[in-house]
Amino acid sequence: MTDWRHHARANRGILLSLAVFMAMFTLYVANHSAGLTPGVLLTAANKGVLLALVAMAQTLPAITAGLDLSVGMVFVLANCLAASLVQGTPLQVTLGIVAVLAAGLGCGLINGAIIVYGRLQPIITTLATGAVYYGIALALRPTPGGSISEGFADAMTGQVAGPVPTMLVVLLGVVAVVWLPYRRSVVGRAAYAIGSNETAAYLSGLDIRRAKLTAYALSGLLASLAGLLLTCLTWSGEASAPIGGTYTLNSIAAVVIGGVSLFGGVGSAIGAVFGAFVLRTIEDLLFVFDLPPLWQPLFQGAVLLVAVSLGALRLLKLRNRLDVYG
Amino acid sequence: MQALVRAFRRSIDPAALIVFACTGVLLAVGSVYSANFLSAGYLLQQLQVAAFLGLIASGAMLVILLGHIDLSIPWVVTVGGMMSTALAGWAPDWAWAAIPFGMLCGAAFGLVNGLGVAVLRLPSMIFTLGTNAVAQGLMVLHTGGFAPQDHATPAMHGLAVGRSLLGIPNALLVWIAVGAAMAFLLTRTTLGRYVYAIGNRERAAYLSGVATGRVIVAAFAISGALAALAGILLAGYSTKAYQAMGDAYLLPAIAAVVLGGTNILGGRGRYAGTVAGVVLITVLQSILSVMQMPEAWRQVIYGAVIIVMLLVYGRGARSAG
Amino acid sequence: MAIPPPLLEMAGIAKRYGGVQALTDAAITCHAGRIHAVLGENGAGKSTLIKIMAGTVQPDGGEIRLEGTARRFAGPADAARAGIGCIFQELSLMPDLSVADNISIADPPRRFGLIDGPAQRRRAEAALARLGIDDIHPLTPVGDLPLSRRQIVEIAKALARNPRVLILDEATSALTAADVDRVYGLLARLKAEGLAIVYISHRMNEIRQLADDCTVFRNGRSVASFANGSRSDDEVVEMMIGREYRHMFPERPARTVPPAPVLSVESLGWTDRLRGISLTVGRGEIVGLGGLDGQGQREFLLALFGVLAGMTGRIAIDGRPVMAGSPRAAKGRGIGMALIPEDRKTEGLMLPMSVRDNLTIAALPALAHAGIVDRAAEDEAIEAMVRLLQIRAGDLDATVAALSGGNQQKVVIAKWLLTRPRLILLNDPTRGIDVGTKQEIYRLLRGLADEGAAILFYSTDYDELIGCCDRVAVFNEGTIGRVLAREQLSEHALVAAALDIAGAAA
Repeated sequence: MTDWRHHARANRGILLSLAVFMAMFTLYVANHSAGLTPGVLLTAANKGVLLALVAMAQTLPAITAGLDLSVGMVFVLANCLAASLVQGTPLQVTLGIVAVLAAGLGCGLINGAIIVYGRLQPIITTLATGAVYYGIALALRPTPGGSISEGFADAMTGQVAGPVPTMLVVLLGVVAVVWLPYRRSVVGRAAYAIGSNETAAYLSGLDIRRAKLTAYALSGLLASLAGLLLTCLTWSGEASAPIGGTYTLNSIAAVVIGGVSLFGGVGSAIGAVFGAFVLRTIEDLLFVFDLPPLWQPLFQGAVLLVAVSLGALRLLKLRNRLDVYG
Repeated sequence: MQALVRAFRRSIDPAALIVFACTGVLLAVGSVYSANFLSAGYLLQQLQVAAFLGLIASGAMLVILLGHIDLSIPWVVTVGGMMSTALAGWAPDWAWAAIPFGMLCGAAFGLVNGLGVAVLRLPSMIFTLGTNAVAQGLMVLHTGGFAPQDHATPAMHGLAVGRSLLGIPNALLVWIAVGAAMAFLLTRTTLGRYVYAIGNRERAAYLSGVATGRVIVAAFAISGALAALAGILLAGYSTKAYQAMGDAYLLPAIAAVVLGGTNILGGRGRYAGTVAGVVLITVLQSILSVMQMPEAWRQVIYGAVIIVMLLVYGRGARSAG
Repeated sequence: MAIPPPLLEMAGIAKRYGGVQALTDAAITCHAGRIHAVLGENGAGKSTLIKIMAGTVQPDGGEIRLEGTARRFAGPADAARAGIGCIFQELSLMPDLSVADNISIADPPRRFGLIDGPAQRRRAEAALARLGIDDIHPLTPVGDLPLSRRQIVEIAKALARNPRVLILDEATSALTAADVDRVYGLLARLKAEGLAIVYISHRMNEIRQLADDCTVFRNGRSVASFANGSRSDDEVVEMMIGREYRHMFPERPARTVPPAPVLSVESLGWTDRLRGISLTVGRGEIVGLGGLDGQGQREFLLALFGVLAGMTGRIAIDGRPVMAGSPRAAKGRGIGMALIPEDRKTEGLMLPMSVRDNLTIAALPALAHAGIVDRAAEDEAIEAMVRLLQIRAGDLDATVAALSGGNQQKVVIAKWLLTRPRLILLNDPTRGIDVGTKQEIYRLLRGLADEGAAILFYSTDYDELIGCCDRVAVFNEGTIGRVLAREQLSEHALVAAALDIAGAAA
């Protein structure tokens, strides 16, 4: 009965971004010369999953009403690390993967510790730590290069059980193993509580420090996983500031499209995943519709601007003008 | 007497003093490495370089004081550079108007930002990200994907690299003029007072009968115009406008404003602090590069210095509660 | 009957906030199975006492004993574990989280280490059922509930942790009459179960009905403790305000002819919150807005001030129809309105800014030429206001947050007086300020009225309405039920009119 309505309402960000994505992807496949082949699916998945993971990484701090402007740089750092460490025997590869992910977790923990114990603003903190992480990446890899275990890279960028892209399976695994338990854990719900009203969360006796530390640490972990997978796609590492910056900014756009409020307390990483897919599909659509390449950045920008402007529709039912001034 | 004390307190900004002191320490440390660091020539040259960042930071500060942020700076800088050189290319007779035209284009983007934030009530962080993408798209389209052939006008070039009065670089004179205007705006005008009021509590400002929307739009427009002006000078400096020419300025501008004691959440901060922050960041970057520190470690030190400084005296950046 | 040993005992408690001594040598003793009422004016130190009990504030000195053992609470979590539950005025709810989430926020039922949704929901249903509430769905986000339902959730949330000491801070202020009865019934049951209940309320009749013991606070001290019913109401009020009650309010001028109307409102409506409101306020008149809290009084003031969109009806100033679309228009030429808003900390003041900047923010256009502030004129205006209102601020360049509540409210009023308003709207302006300042404000309002201003005065304090106003319009569910003339004003008449009981004219 009404339960259904409440669940739908609580998840409307996910549903809406899913619907938009499905519509766009259908349009894309319908206009693709090859149709929906495993190859088309694989390419789409490999491109989409990276941003999806970074968007998930951005979701966690956003829920606490924070923001992580260093996700893109952690992503780049992990890429550079993976291009040096993930090679050799299976054991070495495994250790390398663990090291890359641990580095990401460490970056996130540093962010969280400065924000929690140093009481600095998340935006400015992660802006500065982002520069540090980028610097380390650049020191590791002054010029693009390196390599990654071919077996591992092939496995990650290939398919399993026939036509299913491995990347999608990894993404599903992350959602199932990291996000869903987090969402239902005490520390995860504390993150929502903090984002919704930090004073109330404190008065309710929640451990605010632990919740924030966990959110930023997991954010670093997810960003480094995306960096690892990037290495599987490119087979090399590159300390590129534009790539880091683009992923950071797109992750913010993706969480907003996915229904995560930048004011905190509302949203889901699953919504952010679909938000990322929407952003990626825009690019693909431009491709199949043969839009001149020169027009693509403008079109992408316009779509992004229109998408975020849809948030203004809530103003239409506003009757008390004070309500807009938080 | 009391009035004198007040005037004194009004004019002295502890944050600026601390940051200037840090700059002095940096220069002193640098002078151990090379005596050049304390020469007038070097310092003037640093101030000339700082002028570009200073112009951008001035606009960014205005927006940050409101409690917002302008992430469209990178491509609005580019818009300024490209539109001014383009006008000179399209209509050589109108080359004199290149500078005002570039600033106008920047102000137009700022206007859109302001409307999105003030009227549509969208988070500035995400809306300005969108206008940045649109600006990028327009500029890519404009240049046809290549560096434009239009060159900076002599006026732009002269403004960016020339020296006139007492050998002071013209770019620095531009910053001094803009800075004086900003300081005046913030301390002596109703607009400035409203900016602080909105940054502290927009609800209370609105209920006090402040036209909050207009103030926000004006601040974003000024930020856009100043970013474009910086782009114009940059184009003059390197004799042409090129894509992504503003990318390197967003983070340093925000860092300079925050280091100068402006609260990233708005409402508090003085212009003297921003000047100090800009000079500190420019000198830091310069010393690291003179010491031939690899770019990688420059980034690390740069980020670490910002964090450490904020942790140590962290006035503006401290979160409430 | 032997009284059991005290469950909670506090003695010698002191607390200082910056320059303000909030509590000095405060003491209270609460027994299991009894309801202990804490009385006192706003600013008497009650809320600080509660915060110390609930662990959100650390005392500077004194002793807290729980069942005879000295305790210190490091934070709210600590106090909750010790069995102290607090019902804050809507403060501890997270609006984006569901009712069920909120109720079990601190120690949810778990399965395999994760929150057990169905069990949590059952717990929420049980907690609401215990209160006799069946119209709140546990999955609704709290932010979607009206204020009265939120307060119910807050109560359910505190009870879900099975506290031994339960603190209620004005917990019934926003409730409907039916819900108030339910809460009373619940309190009786909890009392029988052996809880110690600390009850804070401004409503004397509520306390008379519920309490077993009373402690009166004044100026940060506990001045008296006694069994309920052992003192007369007048005695209690005198203890609270510390002086005789009669000279609180200034004389009202005798009037023979009705004054010329400044404001006239005709059948004003807005959504379903305001319906068909008609009222006039004359030159020199103070018209009160009465009724239970939340009957549309605040919305009425906001509507006049141009904050609400989509209004119907007519508003005229000096006979000329006006419809302000923003506060800026409302304060402008031709209208000349001022609004002293509900919450001075978020709506009246920019707290981190200086006293000076706050004082002139509304009148700035008049103090500037071509957008440039005339500092000499500004200083002059500030000085005049500080003198007129006797604002006690050590340093006018220091932040306004450092001032006491009463002086902060004076700054808000002064800020609007600088615009020379002809119509002044006040939204509960004396909440949380000391008696002395209240008295100054009453005098000031009467003085302004005598100089020709028209004043609309909403207050949740009936005594204020009775003492200050020339007429009182009593609101009921978004309409004006009755308008009581000065001769008709009494607490009885106001309450009866607020509850819409026949015979209110008595």
